[in-house]
Amino acid sequence: MIVIAVLVAVSAGLVWRRDGINGVTEILTHDLSLFGGILPRVLAGCLLGAFIAEVLPHEKVSRSLGPNSGLKGLLIGAAFGAILPGGPFTAYPVASALLAVGADFGATIAMVVSWTLIGYGRAIAWELPIMGTEFTLWRIVISLPLPVLAGALGRFVYVRIYPKGAPE
Amino acid sequence: MSAALIIDLILWASVAAVGFIAFRRGPAVLKVSLREGTMDFINIVPRIALGVIGSGYIAAVIPQQIITGWLGPDSGWLGVLTATIAGAATPGGPVIGFSIGAVAMKAGGGPPQVIAYVIAWALFAFQRLLLWEIPFMPARFVWFRAAVSLPFPFLAAAIAMAIGKP
Repeated sequence: MIVIAVLVAVSAGLVWRRDGINGVTEILTHDLSLFGGILPRVLAGCLLGAFIAEVLPHEKVSRSLGPNSGLKGLLIGAAFGAILPGGPFTAYPVASALLAVGADFGATIAMVVSWTLIGYGRAIAWELPIMGTEFTLWRIVISLPLPVLAGALGRFVYVRIYPKGAPE
Repeated sequence: MSAALIIDLILWASVAAVGFIAFRRGPAVLKVSLREGTMDFINIVPRIALGVIGSGYIAAVIPQQIITGWLGPDSGWLGVLTATIAGAATPGGPVIGFSIGAVAMKAGGGPPQVIAYVIAWALFAFQRLLLWEIPFMPARFVWFRAAVSLPFPFLAAAIAMAIGKP
């Protein structure tokens, strides 16, 4: 937090030196309106994460997304990440909730990677208009195998780093 | 109806749906999760405020031409490596990441390199890890996930080269 605050302050100082006070306020107004737009979604994401943590049956989650869930667990994680609505403000609280109720690193990695690479939210809202349809579609096709691979690699490395389970 | 509005509707519909399931389990369950969700929200708002309001300044000082100049079509695997590093270093939100990708394409960047750039940026843009992922998730998980994701921009570039698309 402190590092970032310093980084932001230095950057703001550089903008001020380069563009004067107008440059600083212009960025500030733009980012403030962005922030205002994001807030309700952050609330939605936090509520979604809390509900999911409360509602999902723990032993079922650890069976279908836990360390011994195999390829099926990775596929479920990837599918879940792909259909999850919303932005980082939804995906990370939900992923955190999954970890808390018994999903392992592998399945959660599959979910987060799938959300970033295949999730439709960002692709529809930003990538299609900016990068064009052809690039976006091919980029998604190429990305299809990656969430499961990342989850499998995560599991593979995890059991070698922490052979006796997670240190808490 | 705009894409953002549709996504908001789906999001809030999902919240209502799981909220309803929680309510069916009993009003106490709903109350506890509502309180937890609200507390998460209150804890996270200041960090997000810093991230969103600050990222504009960070993005404004990093010249975009520096990033796009590195991704030429004949840059090969060195270009893919550069693209991956550039993707990790790109600050700001989706508009900035994709805009740089689009500029790189228009400026004659190679498609595999641009794919590697976009995927590296999506997987482990440094600023997003710090500002979004760490506040919500256990830090140990975040670093682990980022480390495990390292090979994938290269794999994606390799697939793009093999199939000759986009």
